[in-house]
Amino acid sequence: MAESQIVTPRPYARTSSAALPLFALAVILAALITLPFWATGYTQRSVLEFLYFLALAQAWNLMAGYAGMMSIGQQAFVGIGAYGLVVMAEDLGINPFLTVPLAAILAVILAVPVSWLLFRLKGAYFAVATWVIAETVRLTVNANIDWLGGGRGRTVRSLGQFDRHLREDLGYWVALALAIIAVFGVFFLLRSKTGLALQAIRDTENGARSVGVETRRTKRIVYLFAAAIAGATGALIYIVQINVRPDAAFSINWAAYVIFIVVIGGIGTIEGPILGTLVFFFLRDMLADLEAWSMLIFGLIAIMMMLFAPKGLWGLLNTHRPVLLFRTARRLPERFAAHKEGE
Amino acid sequence: MIAMSTMLNGVLLGGLYALYGLGLSLTFGIMRTVNLAHGDIIVLATYLALITTQVLGLTPLMSLAVLVPVMFCIGYGLQRLILNRTLKDGMMPAVIITFGLSFVIQNGLLLGFSADRQVLRQGAIETMGVTLAPGVTIGVFPILTLAVLLVMIFALQAFMGRTLLGRAFRATSDDPATAELMGIDGKRIYGLAMGLSFAIIAVTGVVMGIRSNFSPFDGPARLIFAFEVIIIGGMGSIYGVLAGGLILGIAQTIGGAINPTFFQLAGHLVTLGILVVRPSGLFPETIERD
Amino acid sequence: MALLEVENLSAGYGLFQALRGISLAAEEGETLAIVGANGAGKTTLLRTICGALPAMTGRVSFDGTSIENSSAHQLARLGISMVPEGRKLFPSLTVEDNLIIGSYPKRKGFWTVERVYALFPELVKRRNNRGLDLSGGEQQMVAIGRALMANPRLLLMDEISLGLAPIVVNQIYKSLPEISGHGTSVVLVEQDLNRALSVSNHVYCLLEGHVELSGLSAQMDRQALIDAYFGANA
Repeated sequence: MAESQIVTPRPYARTSSAALPLFALAVILAALITLPFWATGYTQRSVLEFLYFLALAQAWNLMAGYAGMMSIGQQAFVGIGAYGLVVMAEDLGINPFLTVPLAAILAVILAVPVSWLLFRLKGAYFAVATWVIAETVRLTVNANIDWLGGGRGRTVRSLGQFDRHLREDLGYWVALALAIIAVFGVFFLLRSKTGLALQAIRDTENGARSVGVETRRTKRIVYLFAAAIAGATGALIYIVQINVRPDAAFSINWAAYVIFIVVIGGIGTIEGPILGTLVFFFLRDMLADLEAWSMLIFGLIAIMMMLFAPKGLWGLLNTHRPVLLFRTARRLPERFAAHKEGE
Repeated sequence: MIAMSTMLNGVLLGGLYALYGLGLSLTFGIMRTVNLAHGDIIVLATYLALITTQVLGLTPLMSLAVLVPVMFCIGYGLQRLILNRTLKDGMMPAVIITFGLSFVIQNGLLLGFSADRQVLRQGAIETMGVTLAPGVTIGVFPILTLAVLLVMIFALQAFMGRTLLGRAFRATSDDPATAELMGIDGKRIYGLAMGLSFAIIAVTGVVMGIRSNFSPFDGPARLIFAFEVIIIGGMGSIYGVLAGGLILGIAQTIGGAINPTFFQLAGHLVTLGILVVRPSGLFPETIERD
Repeated sequence: MALLEVENLSAGYGLFQALRGISLAAEEGETLAIVGANGAGKTTLLRTICGALPAMTGRVSFDGTSIENSSAHQLARLGISMVPEGRKLFPSLTVEDNLIIGSYPKRKGFWTVERVYALFPELVKRRNNRGLDLSGGEQQMVAIGRALMANPRLLLMDEISLGLAPIVVNQIYKSLPEISGHGTSVVLVEQDLNRALSVSNHVYCLLEGHVELSGLSAQMDRQALIDAYFGANA
């Protein structure tokens, strides 16, 4: 009877009903990998953008939706990744595509001291401090380091060595790899022991700490993961865009778009940001010629979602029948669940 | 002489920053969530003043007679009709709603008024100066700003310290659940606090519009300055707002005197420095709660 | 008609039901003692009566009005005051401000700041201290005085002797006759059975969320009360 002592909630077991989503996932992945061979350049560029926004959204959602760290300053790491690309590719002669993982590492190295400062702050202080830090980095790069080109920024000339199509295809596959790493990284992180700790922290941080959850370590893992994703994304974006300017690379819009995406899709799920990114791209395309209107409407949508559907579109779809593409939710073993109901 | 005039300019600039911080400090101290649209609402108030002066033919300062009550009602309504509905879910909904509101206001102003920079015309006082010593001239209006700030700080301090409603504000800030047991309706208190904050913002917006020109996207920078004032001064402290404003203003002017590009950066670095050595600010009053 | 009537009340937190069908009544000017082991539902009962916790089912009426759907701040204005468990003084307010905030419901009556100081003279020299600078006993006096400032018709007191030295507890309980002497009904939660019996007219013993035993305090059989407390008959 020793077995009945085990009370660790286990992830939902894979059942036969998982076969269909797995098959669908395989088809989608195959289509995405081969996309440069059959799609138009326009589609490829749109999907590329979709992929890096998806990566950013997954990382932000893990941070805000699971670990309760409401950051509005991820643009700091996007910008650091972008300038990492410039310095490594232009000044150190590293292959620009190789700088993407290196930019992730650079972002993590810089995120460590930042996390020391931030993790002493709570709630709203944390949120605004992330922004102040991003602004500090932007202003530093903007004005004071001539080497980085000041306000005009710098161009990644070494990208000229690649044929345009090759550059776009390679960039696309890097973006796909990044999105896959972000989605499945979050998935496996949530299914690991860290995921359990995160759920405990989300429910009550002090409670989690009192039963021995290493809240600080868990939050730091999440924060550094999000910084790595943002750093890699920053390098990737400017492999495509070539000219890096501080105002664009450190723009608050990187945080804003991602927050809108996650809020629309559904905070605290893996599926939410995927759905949110799709809806975001659809809306942005529709409003492409009306830039002021589009930002106004995204702002309004965020307000409405928080008021009327705080769990996002994914939460609305799931109110009656839980569809779990990514099985990260945990449940109590039957006998404990029944006991709880009966009380 | 240069050092003295730099300090003086820093103090006068700090007066404006303390005004930015005052309204935010009030709501932040009581509701514990940050209004990310604070800067944009300051800019919105400036545009409302612009409309009022054009339609009613009032001077900007006279337009406050209309603007203060209108802004109070907008703030009260925002809190009671929108933000209060999400209280039970923690601070994230309010942060996201005000973040969304920030984009709504910026782009709404852009659509309504274009990106052109505008000014509020108060007349001769804008450019009047007093020469204290050879080479040290300070503007009359910045001094007036400082006076307005001091009056508002003393009034707010008296309100919080001496009236029953002010004590109810502080009790709600400490412990909203226990305050309910004292007959205090927390949602009404939050509404009044946001209304009062918006009334202060009305004054802030008009002063800002007279001192400098403005455009629809000036809000985020105002929010950051306001927040830095609170970080430096300490949460919930009204006098801390004064100290925070002055320190931020002086830091920026000194930074700017060394190198024009250090202007804002110096303020950010001082703020981050304070966060490192004293995360609760120089004069914290508000009690930490979970 | 009784001032407070509780009929078949159930309440709890989320899925956990802490009260299962409680009924009790308190007359004007009467003192009721609620006893019971930890987790019996005493605090939940007081929190439900004062509106801090919603009722799941059942009725609570105060002076003939149904109040089970009213919120705490409305009930404070009707004349129900609470001395919460753990005292819960407002930490950034001085002692005197803590007392003054108690008058927020603006109910006229006997109690004023000066009369609270007369009831607890220890507080006079502490009037400008912050709440957390006080000893536990002094804090408890402030909490009681703060509740009295609303001039309540019904005063709920949750474990006012918790964590205090016996001598301090005696001193605080000495104020009780004066409080009820001004017409206030009192419902108090107390762990100490002897003390509960000696200060109250009626005693109710809760066990696992229901009333296991109740009766006039003067006629209560001590052994029966102890059995009910520990659930010996269950």
